[in-house]
Amino acid sequence: MKYHSQKVAYWFFAAAILLLSLQIVYGFIMGFAHMGYDGLHSVIPFNTARAVHTNLLVVWLLLGFMGAAYYIIPEEAQQELVNVKLAYIQLISFLLVGVAAIVGYHLNYWEGRKFLEIPRPLDWLVVVNVLTFLGIILATLYKGKKRTTTSLVLTMGLVFAALLYLPGMVWFDNQTMDSFFRWWVVHLWVEGVWELIMGGILAFLLIKLTGVDREVIEKWLYVIVGLTFLSGILGTGHHYYYIGVGKIWLIIGGIFSMMEPLAFLAMALFAVAMYRKGEKRHPNKLALYWTLGTAILSFVGAGLLGMAHTLPQVNMYTHGTLVTAMHGHLAFWGAYGMIVFSFITFALPNLTGRKLYDTVNGQLAFWLSNIGMLGMTAAFGVAGVAQVYLERKTGLEFGAVQQEIEVHFLVLVLNATMFATGITFYIIEFFRYGRPNNEAIGVEETL
Amino acid sequence: MLSKSQARTFFLGGTIVTFAIFLGLSWNSLSNDVPKQTNPQNLTGQVVRGKHLWESNNCMGCHTIFGEGAYYAPELTKVFERRGEGYIKAALMTQTPWAPRGRKMVAYGFSDAEANDLVAFFKWVGEVDLNGFPPKPDVSR
Repeated sequence: MKYHSQKVAYWFFAAAILLLSLQIVYGFIMGFAHMGYDGLHSVIPFNTARAVHTNLLVVWLLLGFMGAAYYIIPEEAQQELVNVKLAYIQLISFLLVGVAAIVGYHLNYWEGRKFLEIPRPLDWLVVVNVLTFLGIILATLYKGKKRTTTSLVLTMGLVFAALLYLPGMVWFDNQTMDSFFRWWVVHLWVEGVWELIMGGILAFLLIKLTGVDREVIEKWLYVIVGLTFLSGILGTGHHYYYIGVGKIWLIIGGIFSMMEPLAFLAMALFAVAMYRKGEKRHPNKLALYWTLGTAILSFVGAGLLGMAHTLPQVNMYTHGTLVTAMHGHLAFWGAYGMIVFSFITFALPNLTGRKLYDTVNGQLAFWLSNIGMLGMTAAFGVAGVAQVYLERKTGLEFGAVQQEIEVHFLVLVLNATMFATGITFYIIEFFRYGRPNNEAIGVEETL
Repeated sequence: MLSKSQARTFFLGGTIVTFAIFLGLSWNSLSNDVPKQTNPQNLTGQVVRGKHLWESNNCMGCHTIFGEGAYYAPELTKVFERRGEGYIKAALMTQTPWAPRGRKMVAYGFSDAEANDLVAFFKWVGEVDLNGFPPKPDVSR
C-alpha cells in the first residue's frame, strides 16, 4: 500500500465477505426446500430466500468492486482519494440500504422483478450512493498525476454500470416491454460492463503479480474488452428469444452469444500467457492462484456453460429450468466472486503488513471453495437436464418432476457444505490478517 | 503485431457499431414486434392491476413467466389454458398454503377482485406470441 486512503478498501472487503456468508445461509435454505425440507416456510418463504440470495450476491460483488476501485485508483493515479470520510459514509449508507431492502423482503415489500427486487424508493438511494462513489473516483482520477488504461477501463465499467441501472427503473404495463428493458440492466451488466470491471482488476493484478510490462498487458486488455462488447451487446438477444418480440433475435442472439465465450477465452489465455511470460514471481502465491483461477473458471462457467444452452434450438427447452441455475452459479462465482477474492487476497498483505502469502488455511480455502462450487454446478446440471427431459420432452407434470430430481439437491447441499467450509477458512485467514495500519505503507513487495 | 492504439480502435469501433445496431433492432422490436405479438389493445386496467400484484408479491421468486423467474414452482405462461380460472383462483384465495405434492405456496388469501385481476393477467400473458415457447412435449411416455 502506498496511500493512506487505500485503507478504506479493507472495510469494503470485510463487508463483502460478511454479506457473502449471509448469502450462503439463504442458499442452504433454498437447497433444503428443494429437497422437501421447508420448515422455515412460514418465516422465510422461498421467494424471500431467493430474493435475498441474489440481491446479497449483487451487493457483495459491488462492494468488492468498489473496494478494489478505492485501492486501485489512488495507486494508478498517484493521488490520495479526494475524500476518505465520504467513502466511509458511502460504505455505511450502502449497507443500510441493503439491510433495509433485505428486511423488506421478509415483510413482502419489494418490486418483484427478477434481480431487481429492490423497492423503488430504495432504488433512488442506491443511485445517490453510487453517484457519491463515482464522484470520489472521478475526482481522484481528475486530480491525479496519471490516467492509465487500467484505471480508465475500470472507471468506464463502473460509470456504465451506474448508467445501465436506470432502464430498470422505468415502469411498463406490458410484461414484454418490462422484460425487454430489465435485460438492459441485468444482461448488459453481467455480460458487458462488469467484464470491463473484471478486466481492469485482472490487468492491475497481472501487472503487480507477473511483472510483465504494463503496455503489453493494457494492449490485451483493450482486445478483451473489445471482444466483450462486440459479442455481449448483441448477445442480449439470447434473452429476447421467447418474451414476445420478433424472430430476428433468434438469429442475432444466437450468433453473437455463441461468440461471448471468446472474451472469456481471451481472458484465460491472456492470464496464463502473462504468468508464463513474467520472469519474476511475486511471493503472494495465493493471489496468483485466485487470479489464474478466476481467469480459467470464468471461461468454463460464464463462457462454456453459457454457450451450452444459448442456441435458440437448445434454449427453447432449457429456458426457465435448473439448467440456468447451473450456468448462473459457476458464472457468477468464476468470473465475479473469484475476481473479488483474487483482489482481496492480493490486497490484504499490503493493507495490513502481514505476509500470509502461502498458508494451509489459504490453500484449503481456495481448493475447497472451488471444488465445492464445481460439484454444485454438476448437481444443478444433472437436475436441470433431467428436468428438461421429463418436463419439456415427455410432458410429466412440474411437481412430479421436482420429486424425481430431489436427490440431486442432496448432492447440491453436500457440495455446498464443502464450498461453505472453504469460505470459512477464507474468513479465518481474513481475521488473522488483522486491521489495516499505517505501518504497512511503503513496505509492499514489488517486482 | 497489433499496437495498443489499434487495440483501442478495435474496442471503441466494435462497441459503437454493435451498440448502434442493438439500438436499431431494439427500436424495431418495440415499434413493430410488440404491437403484433403482445396484443397491447387487451391490456385492460384489470390486466395491469394483475401485473402489479404479480410484482408486489414477488411471484417470480418461485415461478417463471415467459420462462423468467425462479425454478421452485411451475411455469405460468400457459397456466390459464392448462388449469382454468377455477383452479387458479382457488390457489390464490386459499387461507392455508396451497401445497400440491407437498411443496408449499404462500397463502396470500387474495380477495375475489384481486384473484380476478391476476387471472386476467395470466390470460393476457398466455396469448402473447412467444415464438413457440413453451415447447410441446414430443416424446411419448
